Amino acid sequence: MSDAFTLEGVTKRYGQLEALNVPGHKLERGKIHVVIGPNGSGKTSLLRILNLLEPPTTGTLTFCGQPATYQGAGRLALQRRMSMVFQRPVMLHRSVYDNVAYGLKVRRVARSEAAKSVAQAIDMVGLSGMEKQLATTLSGGEAQRVALARAMVLNPEVLLLDEPTASLDPASVVIVENIIKEINRQFDMTIILVTHNLFQARRLADEVLFLWQGQLVETGPAEKFFLKPKDPRTSGFLTGEVVY
Amino acid sequence: MGEGLKQAVALLATGDKDIYEIMFLSLRVSLTAVMIGTLIGVPLAAFLSLCRFPGRRLVENVIFSLMGLPPVLAGLVIYLLISRKGPLGYASLLWTPTAMIMAQVLLVIPIVTGLAIVAIRGKERMLAETALTLGASGPQTALMVVGEARTGIIAGVLTGFGRVFAEVGAVMMVGGNIEHNTRVLTTAIVLETRQGSFDAALALGIILLVLSFIISGLLLNLQRGVGRYV
Repeated sequence: MSDAFTLEGVTKRYGQLEALNVPGHKLERGKIHVVIGPNGSGKTSLLRILNLLEPPTTGTLTFCGQPATYQGAGRLALQRRMSMVFQRPVMLHRSVYDNVAYGLKVRRVARSEAAKSVAQAIDMVGLSGMEKQLATTLSGGEAQRVALARAMVLNPEVLLLDEPTASLDPASVVIVENIIKEINRQFDMTIILVTHNLFQARRLADEVLFLWQGQLVETGPAEKFFLKPKDPRTSGFLTGEVVY
Repeated sequence: MGEGLKQAVALLATGDKDIYEIMFLSLRVSLTAVMIGTLIGVPLAAFLSLCRFPGRRLVENVIFSLMGLPPVLAGLVIYLLISRKGPLGYASLLWTPTAMIMAQVLLVIPIVTGLAIVAIRGKERMLAETALTLGASGPQTALMVVGEARTGIIAGVLTGFGRVFAEVGAVMMVGGNIEHNTRVLTTAIVLETRQGSFDAALALGIILLVLSFIISGLLLNLQRGVGRYV
């Protein structure tokens, strides 16, 4: 089975600034890949390239064995096989139900079928009973859970999460982390999670990717990465000796 | 004022044929103009807000400037277009309700477009990216962004309606206030005032305000239920 993503010589430049440089890396299917690194290290750029929101400046990206395209029907077809949750998800000015159902609506899924999937997704994130509430009135933690349900209901092959717990209280962090673990376990969904939280990375990751000034410095299985980092920059980052 | 109010009620209650004809023509002209202006203005605003191309800012500046277009100037432009020597002179549109609609469309488009741009701007990038990450196509994304900005867009439509329903310069210039043909509430008010029938003019003004109030209420109701899935 092909990998979820294969990156070859991928770079991203914004003017003179090289935001990302990944000479080559494969992201295995069914795993939780956690991307860590200081601010401005290229984590979000990587996620946006993977989600086809913007093309790399150079290099190629392959998604589940298919070359990535960034325009037209080709992009849409690939993008519909993955889903992304932002750090501060935008809630549509509609009910929780309508928010979660949005992705199904644009795929023209029949209402009766959609209703079943939406109910399951809402239940999974623990928001049953709140279907009719206006989503823009939810707390940060609840909105994040709606965003997760909205992404999950589409049953994507890959779920991309950009710091999904950055602005949440500890209780909400635990809830969201449990949901992430559960969907990975239950649906064998590939998850790519960007986080600043090293403890969270340790709790969730199968594989860790460390970005530093746009460079992919080190990758490896979580245990090995945290216990025996190879690169001194990784060690410095993990121990907090490198101040950024 | 009291006499005007009494007369307004009397005109409506007695089923005055002329007044109903003027009312319906006013509504037909202005609502048609607003509908056409909205059909052009909202997609134009979505395009300008979501697409990046050279000269976009200039186009937006022109639209914002035209929001203050004087009605007589709009009337003059349409007059020059449809007068006998104009490029559309062959169609004999001058002094017809169609000409009045054309003039009002010219006034409505910049207002609806400008206010829709303001309503969409600011949150369009996050909304568009949210839609894209959930698998929306380009047109579905644009529809979603427009739907989310509906409160501001409807405010723009209401403003546009208010502007044209109450304007007199443009419709007078190309419609001419012809009885049983192009006479609308505003031109009738001017006529009654010129003739010294202030109570009748006031009565027509009150009817205009009541109609405006009803249409605004109906348009505001449109906000509810847009974009619902269940």
